[in-house]
Amino acid sequence: MGQGILLSAGADIDFMIHGVFSYELFGQTVWITTTHVCVLIVMLVIVAFSLAANHVIKHASDVPGTFQNIVELVVEMLDKMIGGVMGKFSPKFRNYIGTIFIFILLSNISGLFGLRPPTADYGVTFAMGIMTFVLIHYNQFKYQKVKGVIAGLCDPWPIWAPINIIGDIAVPISLSLRLFANVLSGTVMLALVYALLSKIAIIWPAALHVYFDLFSGAIQTYVFCMLTMTYITNACTTDE
Amino acid sequence: MGEFNNNFILGCSAIGAGLAVIAGIGPGVGQGIAAGHAAAAVGRNPGAKSDVTSTMLLGQAVAETTGLYGLLIAMLLLFVKPLLP
Repeated sequence: MGQGILLSAGADIDFMIHGVFSYELFGQTVWITTTHVCVLIVMLVIVAFSLAANHVIKHASDVPGTFQNIVELVVEMLDKMIGGVMGKFSPKFRNYIGTIFIFILLSNISGLFGLRPPTADYGVTFAMGIMTFVLIHYNQFKYQKVKGVIAGLCDPWPIWAPINIIGDIAVPISLSLRLFANVLSGTVMLALVYALLSKIAIIWPAALHVYFDLFSGAIQTYVFCMLTMTYITNACTTDE
Repeated sequence: MGEFNNNFILGCSAIGAGLAVIAGIGPGVGQGIAAGHAAAAVGRNPGAKSDVTSTMLLGQAVAETTGLYGLLIAMLLLFVKPLLP
């Protein structure tokens, strides 16, 4: 009584990060988790794709085959996207943005292949947020010099400086939390569907996969790269 | 007054998680407004459809952040259970 027929009580809801094995390092217990394994798998796929792409482009033919077409399509799409936002700074940051774009995209859609998406672990997204943070401030010091950075901190008045510093620190945190929470919400939702509705979850969860893994993952990848590029371009731009 | 037992804390955590996801109202309204204006813009200038769509999606994804913070708090309360002794 009181229990829905569809809700099979006692089913395991499984979307947490599990430890695979642990080892001791300098007196600390370090766990190798499912996230590490999934990152490794995604990385191996990317490395294999890159090696194949490198081989194909080295022996490029005038009439491109299927794979060469795909590689050229990807590179041209990334170049167009990055050039549209960063303008004259795009050649310097093309490698970084392209790399994180492909990595985040593959990580997000790896949920389709039964992996736990690596971006649903805050450790992964926060690392990317930190990289963006370092890039922003390195380029700010490089292009605007110390004087420009101090002038930027005291933007309306010098009394505003603490608020500007908090705003700077909030950038990587909000950037990484946005990606993390989006992917995690999709993972949790699908885990709940598979665990609680396991009796009737036959074919229709595919529609949810299309939304949560493909659509949401692609949008969040685009947003992460777009915001990274915007912040870096802002840091590079001087007043003159 | 004695100490509260764990079930009481878990129940309060569930209520708090429910309250936290009310934060989803704001992004919902904001995204709706953005989508409405984007539809109006496409109606006025159908040639700029792809630009308008990508700008709208970017703005909506940024506006979604506050709702996701509420979701995160709810997740923490439900699954990490930080309030349990």
